[in-house]
Amino acid sequence: MLIGKPPDIPSSEITPRELYERYINRRRFLRGAAAIGAAVLGADRLAEVFDPRVRALAGTKLQTVKSPLTTTGEELTSYKDVTTYNNFYEFGVDKDQPAKNAGGLPTRPWTVRIEGLVKKPQTFDIEALLRLRPLEDRVYRHRCVEAWSMVIPWVGYSLSEFIRQCEPLPSAKYVQFLSYFDKKVEKWQSESSIFWPYSEGLRMDEAMHPLTMLTFGLYGEVLPNQNGAPVRVVVPWKYGFKSAKSIVALRFVEKQPPTTWNDQSAREYGFYSNVNPNVDHPRWSQRTERRIGQAFYAQRRTTLLFNGYADQVASLYNGMDLRKYF
Amino acid sequence: MKRPILILLKTLTWLACLYPLSALVYGAVTNNLGADPTATISFATGLATLRLLTISLAITPLRRLSSRLSWLIKFRRLLGLCAFFYASLHMLTYIALYAGFDIDAITTDIAKRRFITMGVVAWLLLLPLAATSTTWAIRKLGGKRWNRLHKLVYLAAVCGVIHYWWQVKPGVLTPLTITVILGVLLLARPVLDWMQRRRVQSV
Repeated sequence: MLIGKPPDIPSSEITPRELYERYINRRRFLRGAAAIGAAVLGADRLAEVFDPRVRALAGTKLQTVKSPLTTTGEELTSYKDVTTYNNFYEFGVDKDQPAKNAGGLPTRPWTVRIEGLVKKPQTFDIEALLRLRPLEDRVYRHRCVEAWSMVIPWVGYSLSEFIRQCEPLPSAKYVQFLSYFDKKVEKWQSESSIFWPYSEGLRMDEAMHPLTMLTFGLYGEVLPNQNGAPVRVVVPWKYGFKSAKSIVALRFVEKQPPTTWNDQSAREYGFYSNVNPNVDHPRWSQRTERRIGQAFYAQRRTTLLFNGYADQVASLYNGMDLRKYF
Repeated sequence: MKRPILILLKTLTWLACLYPLSALVYGAVTNNLGADPTATISFATGLATLRLLTISLAITPLRRLSSRLSWLIKFRRLLGLCAFFYASLHMLTYIALYAGFDIDAITTDIAKRRFITMGVVAWLLLLPLAATSTTWAIRKLGGKRWNRLHKLVYLAAVCGVIHYWWQVKPGVLTPLTITVILGVLLLARPVLDWMQRRRVQSV
């Protein structure tokens, strides 16, 4: 028995019975309709729409500021192409598969672990990362090793800002990036004979370079899953596979870390993988590239050294034989 | 087989063979070839080549399995020539859209990139087959020599599949299906030979 005063609700506020029944029936009808809709669309697709994690994030606008580090003079690749032409092999090896299959990637809750040669191991929540620095709009060229390229307006800030928070020890010469991996979510990972999770790495000076970006969005919105949500790295002067997606850990290490494509074929995919028209891939020339989104007769263009960022990054490699350290 | 049925089947086969090309032309005109149209055209023409070659190689095993399928031979030349047509389109795509008609780039590629070397070899193997596909050529060469020359199609198909494997990234398994199918069809011949010999022996 409930002890206490009954709530002061005037009797005029009480819903008349027949109205109440109408609403109950309408709710039942809608639930039924939703159930049929779910069956028709595929229950998991509908669950995505109602899943608070996904609904909260899909197409969410991000508050951004302009950036002096943005690239000018390039036509942006369309949002459609940027978000439906992806290499994300955990979700399938065809370019259109990640957009179709990455819906199940759980982007909340999300943390990034800091491990290895740091003052103390930490774990950062994604919300803390989003608030660490003002989010900048940066247009970067993106050059895939497969000799196609895009121009993408990313949203994020320099990775160096985050690395400072990680407090790496002086003995840390490289940082390794580990990506999310879950066999149940990424059911297509066996379509290729790659060992997961995806691993990438940079030399400390490359990671600390202002152009290297910790990225949370594109086109002013939260990253779509297929583009490496909720947080990824973008290194615009290197081939695209160096820009690891869906990062779950940063590991600071002394020696050059193993990286996925280098493990697959060291002959084809070097650790540095700087964009370089003078250093061929064993299976094709890197002298030219195909710009995505152009008509088939207008795609071909010359590849630029360091993807056009030579002024900013060439000094990192002074004295290095770029053919040997490719 | 009745003539009208043969004409109908031939027409349908022609339409099926021309479908990949018409899809590409339609896509080009409506700007619907995807984000990387050059790659789309290249992949579509390459796949059409391998598929048509594979289908043409299925004809002889099928005919040997049942004498009622002997009419299939009438379709082999059409399928083979269409395969060569798409192989040529595929190569033209490389020359025009990838290499931009740059002779230096092309010769370097052929020398240095093994998948391109293999592709050119496969096309060169198909060239004499296409050239001698006419009835006149069969008569001029004589059945025996013509048959021996046209055994090159096996090598061409194998080169085509290797070209595909060497083109994809290490670790990608997409060429597996066509490799298995082709493997079965190429093995079918010696297996059928062996079965036939055993039948003759047991008589």
